[in-house]
Amino acid sequence: MSDAGQGVAASPRDPVREKVRELVPGIERLSLTYGAMDDFNSETDSDYTSYWRDWFISSRGNEYFCEIDEEYLTDRFNLTGLNTEVQYYQYALDLVTDVFDFDCDDDMREQIEKSARHLYGLVHARYIVTTRGLAKMLEKFKKSDFGKCPRVMCDSQPLLPMGQSDMANSSPVKLYCARCEDLYNPKSSRHAIIDGAYFGTSFHNILFQVYPIMLPPKTQRRYEPRVFGFKVHSAAALARWQADEREKLKDRLRGARIESGFEEDEAEAEEEDDDEEMEGDGFEGATVQQ
Amino acid sequence: MSSSSQVTESWISSFCGLLGHEYFAEVSEDFIEDDFNLTGLQSQVPMYKEALEMILDVEPEDDDDEEEEEEEDEEDDEILGDERPTAYRRASDRRHLRIASDLSVIESSAELLYGLIHQRYITSRPGIQQMAEKYELQHFGTCPRVHCNSTKVLPVGLKDSPGHETVKLFCPSCLDVYTPPNSRFQTVDGAFFGTTFPSLFFMTFTDLDIGSGIRNNPSSTAQALLQIQTETTKGTSTTPANVTSINGVAPHNLAPGIGAGNIYGPRIYGFRVSERAKSGPRMKWLRMKPADVTELDETRRYWENPPDDADRPHDDDLNMVDVAEGKSVDSRKKISARRKRTNGSGNGGGSPMDTNGVGAAG
Ligand SMILES: [Zn+2]
Ligand SMILES: [Zn+2]
Repeated sequence: MSDAGQGVAASPRDPVREKVRELVPGIERLSLTYGAMDDFNSETDSDYTSYWRDWFISSRGNEYFCEIDEEYLTDRFNLTGLNTEVQYYQYALDLVTDVFDFDCDDDMREQIEKSARHLYGLVHARYIVTTRGLAKMLEKFKKSDFGKCPRVMCDSQPLLPMGQSDMANSSPVKLYCARCEDLYNPKSSRHAIIDGAYFGTSFHNILFQVYPIMLPPKTQRRYEPRVFGFKVHSAAALARWQADEREKLKDRLRGARIESGFEEDEAEAEEEDDDEEMEGDGFEGATVQQ
Repeated sequence: MSSSSQVTESWISSFCGLLGHEYFAEVSEDFIEDDFNLTGLQSQVPMYKEALEMILDVEPEDDDDEEEEEEEDEEDDEILGDERPTAYRRASDRRHLRIASDLSVIESSAELLYGLIHQRYITSRPGIQQMAEKYELQHFGTCPRVHCNSTKVLPVGLKDSPGHETVKLFCPSCLDVYTPPNSRFQTVDGAFFGTTFPSLFFMTFTDLDIGSGIRNNPSSTAQALLQIQTETTKGTSTTPANVTSINGVAPHNLAPGIGAGNIYGPRIYGFRVSERAKSGPRMKWLRMKPADVTELDETRRYWENPPDDADRPHDDDLNMVDVAEGKSVDSRKKISARRKRTNGSGNGGGSPMDTNGVGAAG
């Protein structure tokens, strides 16, 4: 979404501004129009546009979230159990669905605001494993909205957000790479504080079950530590052991007539393994295997 | 010469102070002034001489003069520099003397030359020491991989010749390489760090406890939870306690971020995704490690299962595992003793690694 520098502090009234900004590039120069938009943007006008949710997902730091359908949010069944998880549940829900009209002081408003964000996150975890939610997250995945795998051999594989727990407040969101099947920390500190439970432990795996076509080919290419051209023996020995494990896996899959999913051309590439190697703790034992 | 009292910043420190140059060490002028360390670079860098002068903030007396004379002037400067600081004019001072285009060529040549010298410098004793200080201060950042638990990383090049790849980061916990998180490093050539540096670093400073962060603080309760859920083999290294080295590395420093308990296992609603599923796990091997690392002693393994044991070498020759002394088998004693001598010598004298010239040879 447009994260072009709108602070989190921006009020929920801003989404219209942002919408307009999106629809009409250069609108800011047209101060008249802009002023007019501001007038239009009063809190009572909330019947059709999803002000709060628009504001939320376009706020800086919330780039990982997709927009939850009104329909989904208003079906009580989807919210089962959340009333005990979220303070001021009803107010928070009203705020999220833009029907909030409770007159309260700023402190209270802030509390409710916080609850609304928490509620949105918890519903989000459920929504993104629905058909609609998966499709929305898939689009974001295709645009690399969640970033790319930092591992060099993964060739900028797009990532997916995930939680290491489904319980709130246990650990922040992590990123899953389907190419190396490993977990990474978000680069930005504004993402590193998002609760992992807002994405959950299952979503990223479900996405690839539902859209197996999105599974990237696995790569066997790997980094080989070297010193002055020699492979480092300890690392090379470990890599060979791991390659054995990989071949065992491939045998098991072959036995079960299942595709391994590895890139083709690599099988023979790694046979040329007889470079000289160098032992770790000094050069006296530059051991040559075989 | 060290111009520490100079008010103006040297070319080297201003280069290292540039945004995106945070990984660079400041190569000592002593190192650059030793011609031996520059062997072979002349042919790789256009306007080599001018570039070198720029790096060293050396000002030829007269700009119109020919090469030969400049050389002499340089010599003079070297000797008289301290008494005659005016002889050293800052590169910026003389900028107006050169035509702009010329200068920008020299400037970029100077950067290239500095980078190539830097590659050699950081594998020399003073250089690797300087990088160790930067490492301790976490100047290179930490591994982005969750299970490496913020292991400190080191810059690395995937190639030793310039112009191929930008700088990457090597993690000793997972033995893998990563793209730096900030795009400002994506303009820095990996060759300026080279392929050798990080591995040489960890061979040199064998006392570093790479995995301390991984063992000591499971980063969150969730991780602790996860570890309980995952394989019960968590942390149960079955490596015999008396093994102090495997293939030259202390067992606790051998890729501590991988192995049982540090491998992601995909689950859906708490149920493990089968390896037989189309989307099932295929890459666990990449993060696996034997519970008993002595399994990695290939030489011994090979001879324990000899296809034909005609010429099995003597024990001494095939043992890649070090055991602590005391209850050691006598055939191993000799090796342990030999290791003792060489262990840690990487830091100091006697090791072939600490010669300044090693880098230059490559
Ligand atoms: Zn990856
Ligand atoms: Zn790592």
